[in-house]
Amino acid sequence: MTPTSPPAPPGGALAVAGLTVRFGGITALDDVGFTVEPGRTVGLIGPNGAGKTTLFNCLTRRYEADEGTVTYDGADLLAVAPHAVVGLGIARTFQNLGLFPRMTVRDNVLVGAHARARAGFAAAALRLPRVRREEARLRAEADELLARLGLTDVADRPATGLPFGTLKRVELARALAARPRLLLLDEPCNGLSHGEVAEFADLLRALRDDLDLTLIVVEHHMGFVMGTCDRVVCLEFGRKIAEGAPAEVQNDPNVLRAYLGTAA
Amino acid sequence: MNGTRTPTAAPAARAPRTRRAVLKPQGVLLAVLLVAACVAPFQLVPFRVFQLTMVLVYAIAVLGLDLLVGRTGQISLGHGGFFAIGAYVAAVLLDRWDVPYPLTLPAALAVTFVLGFALGIPALRLRGLYLALVTMTIAIFLVPLLKRFESLTGGSMGLTLTKPDAPAWTGLAQDQWLYFCVLLVTGGATLAVAGLLRSRVGRALAAIRDNEAAAEVMGVRLSRYKTLAFAWSAMLAGAAGCVNTWVIAFVSPDSFTSTLSIMLLAGIVVGGLGSLYGPLLGGAFVFFMPTMSQGINQAAPGVISGLLIIVIMYVAPTGLAGLAGRASAARLARKK
Ligand SMILES: Nc1ncnc2c1ncn2[C@@H]1O[C@H](COP(=O)(O)OP(=O)(O)OP(=O)(O)O)[C@@H](O)[C@H]1O
Ligand SMILES: [Mg+2]
Repeated sequence: MTPTSPPAPPGGALAVAGLTVRFGGITALDDVGFTVEPGRTVGLIGPNGAGKTTLFNCLTRRYEADEGTVTYDGADLLAVAPHAVVGLGIARTFQNLGLFPRMTVRDNVLVGAHARARAGFAAAALRLPRVRREEARLRAEADELLARLGLTDVADRPATGLPFGTLKRVELARALAARPRLLLLDEPCNGLSHGEVAEFADLLRALRDDLDLTLIVVEHHMGFVMGTCDRVVCLEFGRKIAEGAPAEVQNDPNVLRAYLGTAA
Repeated sequence: MNGTRTPTAAPAARAPRTRRAVLKPQGVLLAVLLVAACVAPFQLVPFRVFQLTMVLVYAIAVLGLDLLVGRTGQISLGHGGFFAIGAYVAAVLLDRWDVPYPLTLPAALAVTFVLGFALGIPALRLRGLYLALVTMTIAIFLVPLLKRFESLTGGSMGLTLTKPDAPAWTGLAQDQWLYFCVLLVTGGATLAVAGLLRSRVGRALAAIRDNEAAAEVMGVRLSRYKTLAFAWSAMLAGAAGCVNTWVIAFVSPDSFTSTLSIMLLAGIVVGGLGSLYGPLLGGAFVFFMPTMSQGINQAAPGVISGLLIIVIMYVAPTGLAGLAGRASAARLARKK
C-alpha cells in the first residue's frame, strides 16, 4: 500500500491543554497538557488508574472533558461529533478489545474503512455498479492489510475465540483500514510473550514509517516503550508527572516513586 | 459472512476459481429452491398455492424485521402495525381511487418508510425494553385510529376488495398469478436485503449490533444507521402488508391483532436471527402456527409464540436455520 498512500500532510499536530475529566468524586484527568508533533511516537505511561485510557476516550470523544482544550491539525477536537473523529484521521484500539465478535476478521477490518466509503442504503440494496466497484476496492485493500499483519489465514473466522494477541492484531488492522494519520494504541502488547513484543515493536515501527503515522501508545511494557517511543508522558492519578525523552522519564524521581509506590 | 472460505494462503491468481468452487453448494440450493418455487403452483391445488403465497407474504415481513433485530440488534414490537399500515394503504387506494394494483406497492413502501423513519427516531435514545415498549404503542394506537376514520378505512367492518385477475396472456389462474406476483416481491426484497448486507451498510449495522462504541469510533453514525434500519425494516413490513391485501382482498382492524407483532418476532427467532433462508421458515411459522394452535384456545397463538421466543432464545440463539448450520458444522468437524 506504500506507493498509493497519500503523503502525510504537514501540520497534524495534536495539542492537549488543561484537560480535566471528573467522574463524581474522582478526577480521572487533572489539568493535563502536552503536544504531539506529526511523525512522533509518544509513549503514555503511568500506574493503573492513572487516566491513560480516559485520555484516549477524550481524544475520540467517548468522554466529555470538563475543562481544557484539544486541538488537532488546528481544529477544535472537542467540538467534533464522535463518529466524525475518524474522518479527521484519528483511529484507535481498545485496551480490552473492541472487536465485533459475530463478524469475520475481514469484515471487522472492512468496518475500519467505513469512513472512507460512500455506499448508502438505497445504492447498496440496488447493488449499483459504483457500490460493486467500491466494495471490490475495499476488499482488496483489506486483504492487503490482513496479509501485512499476518491475518490472512484467519480472515474468514469470526473475530472471537482466537488468541488474544491475534485479536489485538485484528484491531490494529481495523484501525489501519481507516488510513489514520494519528493512531492511538491502548496497551497493544498486553497478552504478548516476550518474543512477540519484540516482533510487534518491529512491525509497528515499519508500519509507522511506511504509513507516515503519528502514534500515541499506552503501554506498561517498559522495554517496548524505551525501544519504540521518542517521547514519553507519564501520568499518575490524572496528573502529568513527567514528560521527555524515554531515558529521562525512566529515571525521573517522580516516575520511580509512582511506580515503586504502587508496586509496594 | 459471505461464505467464501479460501483455503489457507491461496495464491491470489487462483482466488476466482476457489471462490466459484466454494460457492457451489449455496448456488445449487438456491437453484433448486427457485425451480421448486416456479413449478409448485402448477403441481398444487389452489388452496395449497394460497398457503404457499401467504408464507411468502409473511416471509417479507420476517425478512424486514430480521434486518432490524438480527442484523442491527434493535427490537420492535410494532411491526404488526407497519404490516397493517401497508395493507390499509393498498386497500384504501384500491377501494377509493381504483389505483392499478402494482402502484399500491410503491405507495405502501413510501408511507411505511416515512412512518418508520419518524418512529425510528426514538431508536436513537432508547434501547432494549424501552424501545420495545415504544414500538408496541404503534400497534396499540393503530386499531382505534382505523376505526375512527371510518369513511376511509371502513371502520370495524373493514374494506372488501376484488382480487386481481391474471392477465389473459399469462394463461394463469388467479391463485397462480397472485402467487407469482408475491414471489416477485419476496424475491426482490430478498435481493435488496442481501445487497444491503454485503455492503458497507450491512457491516455498519452488524457493527452496531456487536459493539456500538467501537462502531462509532470507526465512523458509523449510530443515530442515522439505527433510524434508517428501522425505516427500511418498517418499509419491508409495509410491503408484506400491501401484498397481503392483494392476496386476501380484505382488511379490517381485527385482521392485524397485536399478536402479529409477536408472531413476526417469533418468526425471526424460529427462522434464525440473521440468516438468509430464515425468513422462509419464519414466514411458514407465522402463517401456520395460529391456525394450528387456534384449535386449543383463542389466546393460544400469542402465548405459544411468547413461550417459543423464550425457549428458542435459550436453546438455539440462532434459530432453526442456525441449528441446521450447527449440525452441518458438527458433521464437518467429525469428518476431519
Ligand atoms: N466511565 C467511568 N466512570 C467512572 N469512573 C471512571 C470511568 N472511566 C474511568 N474511570 C476512573 O478514572 C480513573 C482512570 O481510569 P483509566 O481507565 O483512564 O486508567 P488507566 O490509566 O487506563 O489504567 P489502566 O492501566 O488500569 O488501564 C480510574 O479511577 C477509573 O476508575
Ligand atoms: Mg487503561
